[in-house]
Amino acid sequence: MTKSILLVGVGGQGTILASKILTNGLMEAGYDVKMSEIHGMSQRGGSVSSQVRYGEKVMSPVIEKGKADMVVSFEKMEALRALDYLKEDGALVVNNEEIPSMSVITGDEEYPADVLEEIEKHVKPRVVDATRLARELGNEKAANIILLGTIIRSMGLEQIDWDSILEANIKPQFLDLNRKALKAGMEAVG
Amino acid sequence: MKKLMTGDEAIARGAYEAGVSYASAYPGTPSTEILENLSTYKEIYAEWAPNEKVAMESAIGASVAGLRSMVSMKHVGMNVAADPMFTWAYMGVNGGNVIVTADEPGMFSSQNEQDNRNYAKAARIAMLEPSDSQECIDMVKAAYELGEEYDTPFIIRMTTRVCHSKSIVELSDRKEIAPKEWTKNPAKYVCLPAIARNLRVKLDERMKKLAAYSETSPFNRMEMGDKGVGVIASGVCYYYAKEVFGENASYLKLGFTNPLPAGLIREFCSKVDKVYILEENDPYIEEFVKQQGCQCVGKELFPAWGELTPDVIRECVTGTPNRTIEFDRSKLIGRAPTFCAGCPHRGLFYRLGRRKDIMISGDIGCYTLAAGKPYTAMDSTVCMGASISLGAGAQRAFNMEGKDRRVVTVLGDSTFFHTGINSLINTVYNKSNTVNIILDNRITGMTGHQDNPGTGYTAKGEETTLIKIEDLVRAIGVKHVYVINPNNLQEVDETLDKCLALTEPSVIITRWPCALKKFSKEDKAEFESLFITRNVVDPEKCIGCRKCLKAGCPAMSYDKETKKVKINRAQCVGCDVCTQVCPKDAIGKEA
Repeated sequence: MTKSILLVGVGGQGTILASKILTNGLMEAGYDVKMSEIHGMSQRGGSVSSQVRYGEKVMSPVIEKGKADMVVSFEKMEALRALDYLKEDGALVVNNEEIPSMSVITGDEEYPADVLEEIEKHVKPRVVDATRLARELGNEKAANIILLGTIIRSMGLEQIDWDSILEANIKPQFLDLNRKALKAGMEAVG
Repeated sequence: MKKLMTGDEAIARGAYEAGVSYASAYPGTPSTEILENLSTYKEIYAEWAPNEKVAMESAIGASVAGLRSMVSMKHVGMNVAADPMFTWAYMGVNGGNVIVTADEPGMFSSQNEQDNRNYAKAARIAMLEPSDSQECIDMVKAAYELGEEYDTPFIIRMTTRVCHSKSIVELSDRKEIAPKEWTKNPAKYVCLPAIARNLRVKLDERMKKLAAYSETSPFNRMEMGDKGVGVIASGVCYYYAKEVFGENASYLKLGFTNPLPAGLIREFCSKVDKVYILEENDPYIEEFVKQQGCQCVGKELFPAWGELTPDVIRECVTGTPNRTIEFDRSKLIGRAPTFCAGCPHRGLFYRLGRRKDIMISGDIGCYTLAAGKPYTAMDSTVCMGASISLGAGAQRAFNMEGKDRRVVTVLGDSTFFHTGINSLINTVYNKSNTVNIILDNRITGMTGHQDNPGTGYTAKGEETTLIKIEDLVRAIGVKHVYVINPNNLQEVDETLDKCLALTEPSVIITRWPCALKKFSKEDKAEFESLFITRNVVDPEKCIGCRKCLKAGCPAMSYDKETKKVKINRAQCVGCDVCTQVCPKDAIGKEA
């Protein structure tokens, strides 16, 4: 059975590195894997997404609406936007982080105060303070690896040798930080 | 060895394994990474050309001279390259030649959607359509073997999802190919009318041979299952179809799509009850299937625009969309892409957008984002290089209509080298009086920082002659040339005033590096204080008027609790645009 994980966020939050590590781990574990991203214009502070699918034999590299087994959102508003893709009984992890879009900065729109409440009306999200936890570990940028940890635990992928996958994808000077981040992410979802 | 690769990486890998020695391209999403990856192989000479026509011609030259060559471009790039391509088809290759087009169903980063399979048909060039990364490798290798055997260039038609999706590939070693001998052969390489008439006849003979090959190509295959539903699909649509119709349906997977295999299609259609044609954009296969007298369901059911992702197909076939979680959509806020913190376009467009009675003729690049809020500083965008020439036409029309309206044209450094130069020659030659702004951010920005003739470096990172834009425009005959710092708003205003008062054409070069660029040693020497400071708001002086926010910097936001503006320290690079916008002198430099 093919599993589908959608990672969403805002350009610059590190969704691409997180999905790269995830897909490499899945491939090493013997799964067929496909991943799809949209680059280009959306990098410039726009919404970004990485779609990861794995199983015995994966067909489409993109996830259908209403069919993601898991959505991990690096930002609250993007979690709401991604609800279209989540299965009704799918897992949702939301980083408790609010990034104003340009329309909010210029005052043309207001960032609603009750985004999480709106999500909670329909699904039970696991809200994780990944950005704050990463800051406590020493670098806010490691929030992406914390969120990767939540995927590994939620999807039951702990048996994969993530340590060596991290080693192959992360510069040595950041390795220790990212190992801690991965562990923190796994613990954050129990 | 197994590896996860994007389609773009796999195209480059396939070229490497096939013994390709020469590659040229102009960057364009979603094709850019093909040449970026080609340039990482030491065995391949790879270069950025100023535009796709030049890239195509250089790759033709390398093929004529005996090497296997590749040229890659986004779909609209093929419009630029089409002139040499149509005649190249007549000539046939010496060393194999592959032309990669990356089409964009869905227009994620493009100004239009166009199905370049039509080019293959119109130019009579053999074509392959990969559906995943492994096929990218396999088809590139086959294209060189077949191309040299049948004496034809090959088009490989990619789409964004094939370019930018990763799937697992098996790597092989490179096959070294000895260069083919070049001999004088005007009957093949000099397309004079008398020669071209012969070649035109031969071209159809070649296409007939290729049509016979298409019937037996391993890239066109039937997978027979249940006879109720048969799907004919090409590219990634094959996998989308499998997702929807499952393993039990029957499939005719088409990978060699010009010429199409008529016999195979007729055979497949006769074996199944109902035929669906799944292809993105135009009814290219569908029209051919119908010409064969076969019944099929195509564009009357599936859209001819956007992506045919599995949910789209499912909704077309079943009539109902996938079940999704209902939520209050009024809570959603938009998140359009914006200029980055420190973007050197910000200062210019912030001021330009406030000018009255000008028309701003724009172009293709990050700066096209100036069309949106808060700048609304772009009135037209068509294609690469069009700003200057469209602007000249509009200015002439306004002058003829007796209106005082002035036209300001705006394009980037790389776009100017691409096709802006010809347009500026037209402006000078035909005595226009437009104000032409070249946004020189020292790199090709939008596509992710590729070198260009103005940066002083090649695609391989070697130092080369830096072509100075101000020298070039003066040589063209522009008498009024200003090089300014776009982060200095007063300089922007004063220069615009001067140029708008002229009755002759002018060029303003706004020179400051892209904030995301990896700065060269020349950048660091030329631009003092290059993003080494940060701006900070003095809460004592800030009155919360939010004027600074209208400059549209993503590092700034309004704090509802303190009723002051704050600057995100991690994002700010100290460009000082906000400092100049603030009426209360409340923004300064961090100590």
